[in-house]
Amino acid sequence: MARTIVITSGKGGVGKTTTSAAIAMGLARRGNRTAVIDFDVGLRNLDLVMGCERRVVYDFVNVITGEATLNQALIRDKRCDDLYVLPASQTRDKEALTQEGVGKVLDEMGKTFDYIVCDSPAGIEHGATMAMYFADDAIVVTNPEVSSVRDSDRMLGILASKSRRAENAEEPIREYLLLTRYLPERVERGEMLGVDDVQEILSLDLLGVIPESPDVLDASNKGEPIILNERSDAGQAYTDVISRYLGEDVPHRFLEAPKKGLFGRLFGG
Amino acid sequence: MGLLDLFRKNQKSSASVAKERLQILVAHERSARDNTPSYLPRLKEDLLKVIRRYVDIEPEQVQVTLDSDGNQEFLELNIALPDDH
Repeated sequence: MARTIVITSGKGGVGKTTTSAAIAMGLARRGNRTAVIDFDVGLRNLDLVMGCERRVVYDFVNVITGEATLNQALIRDKRCDDLYVLPASQTRDKEALTQEGVGKVLDEMGKTFDYIVCDSPAGIEHGATMAMYFADDAIVVTNPEVSSVRDSDRMLGILASKSRRAENAEEPIREYLLLTRYLPERVERGEMLGVDDVQEILSLDLLGVIPESPDVLDASNKGEPIILNERSDAGQAYTDVISRYLGEDVPHRFLEAPKKGLFGRLFGG
Repeated sequence: MGLLDLFRKNQKSSASVAKERLQILVAHERSARDNTPSYLPRLKEDLLKVIRRYVDIEPEQVQVTLDSDGNQEFLELNIALPDDH
């Protein structure tokens, strides 16, 4: 049985797709058979971030409607044999993802995969609720910024009420906080919410803090999940996230700004 | 903390303002969420069925909300009838 993980946030642009690509790649590189599914019907983008946009033939909706088999639609990653991508459809019909259809595809995938990562679209519309409905775990991607924190809290409410686990009165979805685009310098200057502040407001288990990094844009430019960049602090932070998700006790890094010299300390700020 | 910061000390940092605002907002939104009875969506569906026996309306035209004001709770039903009913 696969474990289904939804990467969600409510707000757009906080790093859901970057996170989905990194986490799927990270889990697969640890030897887990992993699939990552793009739920953003109409606005397909995970394929670009994963670097497989030119290999898309069939998509998620084709599998649901029976126009293609799962094996035809899944794209095997060229860097990691255990990783597969299921792209979103470019159709404008948002309702193409039926609950029954999504459930069937996930059931079929559950037989052969260890992890299924669901990249949710922004918002609280159909695609987002479909991405979270079948989840076992939810990673709530949040920026240290008021609107993102508020939207994350709204998603927590939806996770608690509109999921299969909630409807069947099963054990609730495990929810984790992933704070992204973090700038320790600004937190220290009191210009940005700190990780403790966000955790206190949302009261969630902290899975990791990803520092703001130019490497993330560089990675998506090239279609290489950021976790593959071992020299990047953001890449290393995602590697830690995988370890923590798999139950290892790893200390949080990159929470403090690099120390300044005497001059910087006198005139800093 | 630099020397220049000493002159700005009296001002509250914008991050702590953000935190305060969010704590109030999140607490408010959570209580609204938790206090909404689970029967509300079904009640809305049933009401819609009854109204539809007489008037042809869309689901969006019926709004059911629960508000509380001190000790009293108000169940508010708002039905927008079409122009040509």
